Amino acid sequence: MGLTSSSVGAGAKNADGNLLKGENTRLIALAGNPNVGKSTLFNALTGMRQHTGNWPGKTVGSAYGTLRRGGQSWIFADIPGTYSLMARSAEEAVARDLLLFGEADAVVVVCDATCLRRNLNLALQILEICGNVIVCVNLLDEAERKGVSVDLEALSRILGVPVLGMSAGRGNGIDALLPALEQLRGTRPRSFCCGCEIERAIQPLTDYFDAYRPPLPPQWLAARVCEADPSLMESLHRHMGMDLDDEELCRARDAAMSSLGELGIDRQKLSDLSAQGISDSAGRICGQVVSKTPRGTAREGRIDRLLTHRVWGWAAMLMLLAGALWLTISGANYPSQLLSRGLFWIGDVLGAALTAIGLPARLVSLLCEGVYKTAAWVVAVMLPPMAIFFPLFTLMEDVGFLPRVAFNLDGFFKRCNACGKQSLTM
Amino acid sequence: MPPVNTLSSLKCGSGAIVSALNTAGAMRRRLMDIGFAPGSPVRALFRSCSGDPVAYLIHDTVIALRSEDAASILIEAAAKP
Repeated sequence: MGLTSSSVGAGAKNADGNLLKGENTRLIALAGNPNVGKSTLFNALTGMRQHTGNWPGKTVGSAYGTLRRGGQSWIFADIPGTYSLMARSAEEAVARDLLLFGEADAVVVVCDATCLRRNLNLALQILEICGNVIVCVNLLDEAERKGVSVDLEALSRILGVPVLGMSAGRGNGIDALLPALEQLRGTRPRSFCCGCEIERAIQPLTDYFDAYRPPLPPQWLAARVCEADPSLMESLHRHMGMDLDDEELCRARDAAMSSLGELGIDRQKLSDLSAQGISDSAGRICGQVVSKTPRGTAREGRIDRLLTHRVWGWAAMLMLLAGALWLTISGANYPSQLLSRGLFWIGDVLGAALTAIGLPARLVSLLCEGVYKTAAWVVAVMLPPMAIFFPLFTLMEDVGFLPRVAFNLDGFFKRCNACGKQSLTM
Repeated sequence: MPPVNTLSSLKCGSGAIVSALNTAGAMRRRLMDIGFAPGSPVRALFRSCSGDPVAYLIHDTVIALRSEDAASILIEAAAKP
């Protein structure tokens, strides 16, 4: 059975998912790097129309959507895209807190098959703290075009969680997600980094957390408390009620830090080692599951060099943007005329009808000449340019022209402490 | 020993290996998360029209870095195949 509109609930709320959670409802978090098709998958699952866009940070809050199938209700949370759980920006902090404390029943990590290594970096971090994870390797169609193939079975064996292949843009593989979620039965988080020496050094702190039966793996907590990232510590305090000034905790942390110190490891080094450990694991796993047949990307490279050439780049950019503007302005004239003629004709008929039923001339003039004609003018003038410009803009975004404009203009935007991405809003 | 090279000095079209990150805190972790971990092969692809930023290929992804950020990434010559 496909996802028909009758099987799909429309009640999405941009609020706390737990509020909507009933008896027979499971909350599923959709996580992943920016721009890997999370929102596309979310829309396909929930029948909603979250805007999907090609720039980072598009999903700033988390959107929620529901789906009912049989006796089971699902709530999907579309989490902002992030490269890491060691958050550095507001939307990344939202994503991190949702994964750490959102009490999701399962987490679906969406990965981009064309650059699996960077995506696995996040997937491994999530696997370290969340149970019940499913990994979706998305954009398989694009990967195939680039000559990249991923051994999904091997990946599933290595990660110890179900792995699904998808091309969400075309709707391929989405139907397999719900059955996989239904069959999911309690996988545990597992560690992918940390050397034995470090594990031994932070053992006092691990023991301390273990005694409290925290919702997160004790060893992970111990390592993070030693790193002492302020934003994460604040979240741990807020969501878990962790008291960082607790005497026993301080003692355990001091013991851990001094053992680490004997190994020559300070805060910075510890954070580096865990980042490096995860990154190395991701690299090693990719080496085992990804195979590449080099395929001609030469044409794309030539176009890129032209669009970013010192002279021709400017020319191409100006011409394309001027062309889009010209198409919008001159192309809109004709439909504008048609629209205004049609709408004004309706206005005249309306005026005649109102006079015929005996309304006073002044009222008819107020309604027809005033209210109706003004509205008709606005529609006739504004609608055609918008109907032309926005699809054009979307097209330029999809073929990758706008990201290159942002890339080219960054130099100028930097001078006023802005960045090239903002040129797209202007 | 040759002088220490930074990613910003890498010529377009040539490759190298990331050897260390000469920055701390948020930027350091961010660079590692998007793939600039020591040991990673990197290639400079092309400059933007105004000369900065430069697009780099790292782990199959194209990433644009401003020169001041690229200057904090130390590189060594790629091993000859």
